[in-house]
Amino acid sequence: MTDLLAIQGLRVRFRTVGFVRALIDRIADPYIDAVLDVSLKVRRGETLGLVGESGSGKTTLARAVLGLVPVHSGSINVAGRELVGLKESEYRAVRRELGMMFQDPVASLSPRKNVRNLLAEPFHIHGIRGVDTEAEARRLLSIVGLHQGFLTAYAHQLSGGQARRVGVARTLALKPKMILADEPTAGLDVSVQGEILNLMNELQRQFGLSYLIVTHNLPVIRHVSDRLAIMYLGRLVEQGSTRSIFAKPAHPYTQALLAAVPQPDPDKRRDQLELKGEIPSLRRRPPGCEFHTRCVHAQARCRIEPPGPIPLGDGREVRCHFPLV
Amino acid sequence: MEPLLDIRDLSVEFSTPRGQVKALRKVDLAVRPGRIVGIVGESGCGKSTLVSAVMGLLAGNARVTSGSIAFEGKELQGLSEEAWRDIRGRQLAMVFQDPMTSLNPVMSIATQMIDIQHRDSGTRADKLKKAISWLARVGIADPEQRIEDYPHRFSGGMRQRIAIAMALLVNPSLLIADEPTTALDVTLEAQIIHLIKQLRAEFDGAILFVSHNLGLIAEICDEVVVMYAGEVVEHADIRRLFHAPSHPYTQLLLTCDPARIESEERTLPTIGGTVPDLARLPRGCIFADRCPSVFERCRAEAPPTYTIADGHHVRCFLHADD
Repeated sequence: MTDLLAIQGLRVRFRTVGFVRALIDRIADPYIDAVLDVSLKVRRGETLGLVGESGSGKTTLARAVLGLVPVHSGSINVAGRELVGLKESEYRAVRRELGMMFQDPVASLSPRKNVRNLLAEPFHIHGIRGVDTEAEARRLLSIVGLHQGFLTAYAHQLSGGQARRVGVARTLALKPKMILADEPTAGLDVSVQGEILNLMNELQRQFGLSYLIVTHNLPVIRHVSDRLAIMYLGRLVEQGSTRSIFAKPAHPYTQALLAAVPQPDPDKRRDQLELKGEIPSLRRRPPGCEFHTRCVHAQARCRIEPPGPIPLGDGREVRCHFPLV
Repeated sequence: MEPLLDIRDLSVEFSTPRGQVKALRKVDLAVRPGRIVGIVGESGCGKSTLVSAVMGLLAGNARVTSGSIAFEGKELQGLSEEAWRDIRGRQLAMVFQDPMTSLNPVMSIATQMIDIQHRDSGTRADKLKKAISWLARVGIADPEQRIEDYPHRFSGGMRQRIAIAMALLVNPSLLIADEPTTALDVTLEAQIIHLIKQLRAEFDGAILFVSHNLGLIAEICDEVVVMYAGEVVEHADIRRLFHAPSHPYTQLLLTCDPARIESEERTLPTIGGTVPDLARLPRGCIFADRCPSVFERCRAEAPPTYTIADGHHVRCFLHADD
């Protein structure tokens, strides 16, 4: 398998105060780093799960790949083409190859268009002529398992699961190589969630798609991803195969995240809380290892020296002085 | 023990342009003091309608067509709006999914927490002191200073802690928590659940805990009510529900939870079919169309509730004793 997406040393910064305000208040660094020093790869036909708490930078990372936020430094390579530095007009062609599934399935569909027009929209946006959009709409609907009667339905007439299916169909319209999905099952019932994930899985097999799935739902990502990348304060703290990470997390943060998931078994209740406190502010990144303020294993060295990524073999990497494996 | 909340045979209908939507049908639910009762079910199962009925907050187009809701031995239906407000401010408290539902963005936490005690005698200083002590109990650092802040100064997790403090401040006998952690990250969720467990030791009331997350239900509830399409299909002690689920819907719901699937299986189980239209109810069992164990009788008549063990009730003909 070759790499479809390769990200190297990516950094995305946001300005928090304006130029004048920064001068008046003598703020030397008016920026926060939402994504910092991230390197990862997604191979063809592979699913990478990007996991972290709110504010960890996972959605920003996905948006950077789509060229929706400016990149400060680093490289994003899709199928051998460098994306950082592309002009907006050049990015359009790239976005044909990268489909995006947004978090809220109903809100991401225009309420004023019926499904037929929603499915024709990607062709219009990208100025693709000579396509029989009616036939395409029918084809896309059948791919996602909805009957043709839905062509005339509006977003508000769809259930959450059906709206999600229409969203998937829209994403597939331009035959992308990769789909970036932001919380693809958020807000769906557990029985419907399975249907959507099975559909995504089936489409991956059928079209050889790669997925980058942004989520904080660990029980779900375990069943759908080949590899995992765990983010904390904009950095990747651990990455590796889903199986090895679930079997034995190497970073104390990963361990704490896994322990925070409640077990649907009343005999496995937890008495102890693994992770206390909240994610620190990006404006005040802790020195040393940025997780040391919440880490139960933290030692003196962790407070001073930032850990570099340590390879653990088999493509696994952890940013910790004292990995748990 | 006498139940604190005793709902019997409750049915609620909504008038809509499509006709009468029978959102709740013959719901029985008893909550005894000191118990945490979970309500679990998927969208449209009637969880929210049930909670609204208990809180006296049903929408204008809703009508209770049968049954009773007794709270501390008194019937709640037909109460005047003023009597309702008294009960809601004192004995019944609620924590919502989004803490901003119960927090006023333009008032400081101190003002809101003092206002909520308006029924109590005592000086403003006493009330402020009580509010500060509750903030400390729910884990807000520097409560004396932070209480002067406005809601936007707190993170989502902190706001939910404050909402819980505000709900418990008036020492209610029943706390209704409606998906209180759905908007939070899993780490904060674990913290809020831990907090509710801790507070439970000092708060002697009962909790009605509404959630679609079976893991959370397993974590803190004593008993569980499973709802489907407006009916209670199963009610059991927490251990029996997870170890001996007896309604086919409960069994499927448990099977579908990815957290319960040990293997790394890529294809996840689902429940085929869709929830029936509550404006056009089927003649037989409400779950018949999706049920893997369906048989003739299920389509002909609606099943009553059978008691299969002490405190374990199932609305399914598979457990018929006749």
